[in-house]
Amino acid sequence: MDPKIETRQLDFYYGKLQALKNVTLNITEHQITALIGPSGCGKSTFLRTLNRMNDIIPTGRLEGEVVLDGQDIYEPGTDVVAVRKRVGMVFQQPNPFPKSVYENVAFGPKMLGMNHRVTLDEMVERSLRSAALWDEVRDDLRKSGLALSGGQQQRLCLARVLAVEPEVILMDEPCSALDPLATLKIEELMQELKNSYTIVIVTHNMQQAARVSDWTGFFLLGELVEYGRTSELFSRPQDKRTEGYITGRFG
Amino acid sequence: MRLSPRLTQKIAWSFAWAAGAVSLLFLLFIVGYVLAKGLAAIGPGFLLTEPGGGISGEGGISSCIVSTLWLIVTTMAILTPLGLGAAIYLAEYAPDSRLTRLIRHAVELLAGVPSIVFGLFGFAIFCMALHFSYSILAGALTLVCLLLPFLMRSAEEAIRAVPQSYRAAALALGATKWQTVTNVILPAALPGIITGVILCVGGVVAESACLFVTMGGNAEMPRSFLDGGRTLAVHVFYLAMETTALDKALATGAVLIMAIVIINLTTRSLSRRLQARMSGGA
Repeated sequence: MDPKIETRQLDFYYGKLQALKNVTLNITEHQITALIGPSGCGKSTFLRTLNRMNDIIPTGRLEGEVVLDGQDIYEPGTDVVAVRKRVGMVFQQPNPFPKSVYENVAFGPKMLGMNHRVTLDEMVERSLRSAALWDEVRDDLRKSGLALSGGQQQRLCLARVLAVEPEVILMDEPCSALDPLATLKIEELMQELKNSYTIVIVTHNMQQAARVSDWTGFFLLGELVEYGRTSELFSRPQDKRTEGYITGRFG
Repeated sequence: MRLSPRLTQKIAWSFAWAAGAVSLLFLLFIVGYVLAKGLAAIGPGFLLTEPGGGISGEGGISSCIVSTLWLIVTTMAILTPLGLGAAIYLAEYAPDSRLTRLIRHAVELLAGVPSIVFGLFGFAIFCMALHFSYSILAGALTLVCLLLPFLMRSAEEAIRAVPQSYRAAALALGATKWQTVTNVILPAALPGIITGVILCVGGVVAESACLFVTMGGNAEMPRSFLDGGRTLAVHVFYLAMETTALDKALATGAVLIMAIVIINLTTRSLSRRLQARMSGGA
């Protein structure tokens, strides 16, 4: 099967600083791929190249290719907005808009020109259900998204992404600001969501990577050191550096 | 001999307290004096008749109130879109280049120019060169030049204060830059922008010198913004300098003070209510 996303010899620079070095990696459809590594290893930078969120950085520069369903998303003339609709993103800190729960979820569809009230209502409900938040907010969709708890906010952000009907969901340490229970909830959700979506998650937490993912990539100093099935990588790491990291000798 | 830290502290505290008390007393005295002397002369007749002129300052201030309202509407109708547009450009679109730095410096420089200089400029350009003669429009355009730097700066600050995470979230959801600005950033920055706008209204109400030279001193009721007019502040100036009606000058001053108090209170409650609605507390 062709990979959903394929990066080829990817380099990324912040000004003169090279943050990614020659990263080649295949992301399989309907699987969860975890990216692990110590702080500053480039895993978040890598994640952001997959939906061109790094475009916002004025000094950022990219070389190589990111191929989504056979199409390089960095080819000149690519519709960046369309790419981001197909590849959604959940951030490290829950970042709901200062709007109601309903407006948060309806935001993406509205920006894409959907205005039909009934369709929007259905869309909002379906997305909140998929994000396992519906039962907690159904009585008051007019409540501000900022009034929810941290874990609820993060699921709201997930619902907001789902409402755009993406194919791929990128998660940048989505649980780092959450307590263990809220984390568990997100992890359970990911297992359900992978039937319909391809998920790439950056995490600081190796146990989390081992628990939730099918594939794991280990980044160090901008390089992809090792990439393979999660069960393999954690039980029989091929590279000394991977072994050192997952056994907690550094990180 | 050196003073002990405790004693230094006491002296510093006493000085700060005294300075605070003196400035507060000054303020209370000025406002109290104007209100006490002025309120007595205010009645329906004063508010509803036009100034009659003469050395004893006949009549009321009806046309001055109307002129002031005309001026506020005309000025803000031009100033708000300009200031907001420039602020959006500087905060969201402008690259950090030598040109934008130059623009910012120019804006800051403009903010420090005395208003009468703007008045002379307005007289030369709007009244004479563009043939608007003495008119509310010429006064409004002059005020736009005067207040634009302030509005630009306060709106830009409000926009910059919007958390970066909102922008990232909106873009990641497939919103265009412009959709992000109009649907996320401006609503979040609205309380700050509104404060800036209403402070500008206060500026319009308070200004006198530069309006004297662009709107003229005509006290007749204006029929449109192409007519000249006399605002409340200009009327105070006129009454004080050209007539013996000090009581009426103080009465007009009292009306001005109350207008400014009302504007300030509206600012606060409006921005507080908007902020509450933005964060969903309302």
